[in-house]
Amino acid sequence: MNGTLPYKTDFILSLADTTLILSQRNSEWCGHGPVLEQDIAITNISLDLLGQSRNFYQYAAELINNSSKEQGLKVSRPVGRFREADENTLAYLRKEREFKNLLLVEQANGDWAQTILRQFLFSQFQYVLFEQLQKSKDEQLVAIVTKALKEIAYHVRWSSEWLIRLGDGTEESHQRMVHAVDELWRYTGEMFIPAEYEKEAGIDFDLLKNEWNKKVTAIFDEATLTVPEKIFMQSGGKEGRHTEQLGFILAELQYMQRAYPNSEW
Amino acid sequence: MSFIISKHFYGDIPEESAGGNELKSAQVPPLANGDRGGWPLWEVFIRSKQGLDHKHVGSLHAADATMAIENARDVYTRRMEGVSIWVVESKYITASNPEEAGELYEPAVDKVYRHPTFYQLPDAVNHM
Repeated sequence: MNGTLPYKTDFILSLADTTLILSQRNSEWCGHGPVLEQDIAITNISLDLLGQSRNFYQYAAELINNSSKEQGLKVSRPVGRFREADENTLAYLRKEREFKNLLLVEQANGDWAQTILRQFLFSQFQYVLFEQLQKSKDEQLVAIVTKALKEIAYHVRWSSEWLIRLGDGTEESHQRMVHAVDELWRYTGEMFIPAEYEKEAGIDFDLLKNEWNKKVTAIFDEATLTVPEKIFMQSGGKEGRHTEQLGFILAELQYMQRAYPNSEW
Repeated sequence: MSFIISKHFYGDIPEESAGGNELKSAQVPPLANGDRGGWPLWEVFIRSKQGLDHKHVGSLHAADATMAIENARDVYTRRMEGVSIWVVESKYITASNPEEAGELYEPAVDKVYRHPTFYQLPDAVNHM
């Protein structure tokens, strides 16, 4: 452990929160997919993301518990919850403002086009980010992202194909894709603005943005979609300032643990 | 100046404004005759291990071969069932007619001599 610990913990938590919230969003499709096969595909992706978030939460919990022991604290963070941190307390007992997920992933499912685009924009981002994190000196982090990269490569492939299929499909599917871009593009800016805790994470954000832009533009071209330029970008998710969507997600996600503390199943 | 304040208690959040309830517009309207917008049916074959044969595991709908492979990956290999997938559009499979089973297969029933089981093998030959 070193002096950058609080930063590191927040950084790991942000990775965990983002994957958890997108997993929760995608899981809302369970039983509602446009066809059975895609219902299974999107829930598979949801489970992949849930697995990733568990790995990050477990790691964050370890960091939190170690640091509170070192500092002689009996109460571990999140402060005021008299429990050791674990993956469950971190997912179920933190408040909206403590969640550091990207705004993009908390946005509503909308139609299939919006869900696809959200997954596409995020998976492309996650792929280039995790490729950079693979070069980190933190062995635990490297192990988690290396395992995740194989899953993400498939998410990128799956969502890219759907993006092209819908963008370059019928008039209606194209219109729906264009609408989805209008709805979601404004949430992509914050991915490349480092939060305080990301400044020491060893990420080259310029490189990240360039690579992401290149990949996204290539698929957009193939899908006959236009990359929006110079539009106002929303931000704040990484620092806990969320859109109104997150409260509803957490209400559903955390209800059981809030209503029946420590319940298990 | 007047403000309208609306307050919702848990459980009476109007469906249209609840975050988790925006699927309605997304659902694809059911098509007549159970057709999925013309997505053809594909037969899926999976090889469970290197060296084994591909085995028929089932069928699914997909718009084209690429999607069929991906759907098959998601539907049939989630529990580590396979290392290789083949898909073929069902319409390209020609099947024998069950009504002709008699003439096709029964003549073979009393011709056991076609099995290579009437040879004396030397003891040195194992695994036959």
